[in-house]
Amino acid sequence: MKNNYDVIVIGGGPAGLAAAIQAKDCGAEVLLVERESRLGGILKQCIHDGFGLVRFKEKLSGPEYAERFIDVFKEKKIDYSLLTFVTRIEKNAGGFQVVLVSRSGVTSVQAKSLVFATGCRERTAKQVMIHGTRPSGVFTAGTAQHFTNLLGELPTRKCVILGSGDIGLIMARRLTLEGAQVLGVYEAKPTPSGLTRNIHQCLHDYNIPIYLSHTVTRVFGQDRLTAVEISEVDENMTPIAGTEKIVECDALILSVGLIPENELAEGLGVKIDPRTKGPAVNGQLMTSVDGVFSCGNALHVNDLVDYVSESGEIAGKNAAEYAQGARNEIGIDIAGSFLYAVPQKLDLNRNNSEITVYFRSREILDKSVFKILVDGKEVYAKKYQFLRPPEMERLLINFDSFGLTKDSQIQFEIEVNSQ
Amino acid sequence: MKELVCIVCPRGCTMQIEGEGEQIKVSGNFCKRGAEFALSEMTEPKRTICTTVKTVFAEEPVLPVRVSRDIPKDRIFDVMAEINKVTVKKKVKRGETIIKDVLGLGVDVIATSGILKELSK
Repeated sequence: MKNNYDVIVIGGGPAGLAAAIQAKDCGAEVLLVERESRLGGILKQCIHDGFGLVRFKEKLSGPEYAERFIDVFKEKKIDYSLLTFVTRIEKNAGGFQVVLVSRSGVTSVQAKSLVFATGCRERTAKQVMIHGTRPSGVFTAGTAQHFTNLLGELPTRKCVILGSGDIGLIMARRLTLEGAQVLGVYEAKPTPSGLTRNIHQCLHDYNIPIYLSHTVTRVFGQDRLTAVEISEVDENMTPIAGTEKIVECDALILSVGLIPENELAEGLGVKIDPRTKGPAVNGQLMTSVDGVFSCGNALHVNDLVDYVSESGEIAGKNAAEYAQGARNEIGIDIAGSFLYAVPQKLDLNRNNSEITVYFRSREILDKSVFKILVDGKEVYAKKYQFLRPPEMERLLINFDSFGLTKDSQIQFEIEVNSQ
Repeated sequence: MKELVCIVCPRGCTMQIEGEGEQIKVSGNFCKRGAEFALSEMTEPKRTICTTVKTVFAEEPVLPVRVSRDIPKDRIFDVMAEINKVTVKKKVKRGETIIKDVLGLGVDVIATSGILKELSK
C-alpha cells in the first residue's frame, strides 16, 4: 500500500469491485479497502442463482458472479487491503485523508477522490418494534443466510419469517431444502415486497404459505425463542385487537427492508435523499461533496446485482476523471407516484448524453407513462405495461439533447392511463 | 385455462395457458423464454438447486454448489439427500464437478466458488 492514491474505493462487494476496475482502466491509481477477510461482499453468501442475467446472459450464483469480477480485479493488480476498516475521513487541500485500521495498526492514506461502495444493512427487530423477551433465535434473513451458507450451521428447525423481502423468500426455500420447517411468511403490507418470481419459486414450489396484512406483535421465550404472536393488521398497518394467534417456533427470521449504509459518507457532510436513504447524486454519481462518489446499494437499494455493478462502473470512471473543477448543477424534480428516482441533479459542466436513470413507483400501477418535462414541455416519454415498487426501472437518457441551461426546470413525471 | 408466473427472469410475467400437455397456447409472455418455460411447466416442471456441501477445511466448512442443469422438480429432495452425503476433501476449483451424473439424471453437481483454492493451509 502506498501513501497516496487518485481514488480510494471503500467496500469490496460488487459495486466496489466494478468501481475499482473501471477507475484503474481510466488510468487512476486505485486502492480498495474491504473490512472482511475476502472480497465479494454479500454475494459470498448468496449461493442461489439468478445473478448476471442482464450482464452475462447467464444464471449465475452469487459467488460465481463475484469471482468473475474478483478475477479481473486481481489481473489488473489493483492495490487492496482486507480486514481493514475506515475509521475517519478528513477533507484537506489535496482531497481526502483516510484513516485505516487493520492488523498492522493505524495508517493514513491520501486520495483525490473517494467512491463509497459500502452497501446496505438489514433493518433489525428493534427497528420494526417487536416486543417481548429477548431470547436467541431472532435473526435477520442475512444472518440466517450467513449461518447456513458460510458457516454450515442450520439456525432453526421450525421458523416463522416476518417480511416478504427477497432475502426472506430465498431463505424460506434454502432452510426448507436443508430440512427446516418454515411455517409461513408474514407480511404487514397488503402486497408482497419481493419479486413475483421469488414468491413462486421459493414459496409456492415448497408449499410455504404467505399471509399478507399480518405481523408479529410479540416474541416469547427466555433463553431461546419458543413462540411468536401473530396479529392481523388494518390498512394503516396497525394490529387489530382480538386477531392474535400464537405460533410455536424456535426462530423468527426478519426480512423487513434494507437501508443504504452511509455513516462514513454522512461524516463528510454528504447530503442524503430521504426517499432513497442514500446520497443525492448527479449523473456522474457524485454526491453533494466534491470528489465523493456513491454507487451500488449504498446509493439506493437495487434488486439486481447487474445494476449494482453498472453504477459502480459509472462512479469509478467519474471518480478517476474527477478534476477539482467547478460544478454547474441543476436539480431534478419528481411528480406523481414515485418511490424515488436517481440521479437527483445534473452537472451541466459534464457530458450528460448517456445518463442512467433509475426509478421505482410508489405503488403497483397499470399502463403508465414515464415522462421528462423541461420547463413544462414534454421532451421524453416511455410507456410501461405496469410498474411495481419491488422492480426497479432503468433508462438511458441523453439529457444534452434537451438544450438544458442553468435556469431549466427538469421534472420526472409518472402519468397513469386509467383505460 | 391455467395461470402461471414465469420465473425465468425478474420481470415475472403472468401467463395464461390454454390446453393440455404439449398442445398448449401461451399468452401474456413478453419473450419466447416464457413460452418455453410454460411448456416445460405443463409437461415436466424443472428447477435448479443451489446448496452447499461439507468440506474438511475448518476455515471454509461448506462449499457452495449447484446442479449444472435444471432437474425435475419432484427430484429436488432426492438430489439434496445425495449432496448431503458428500464431504469435499480436495481444494477444488470453481466449476469443478463434485458429483457426476447425480442419480442418473444426466446432470452434475458443480462447485460455484473457488474459495478452497484460496486457503493457505
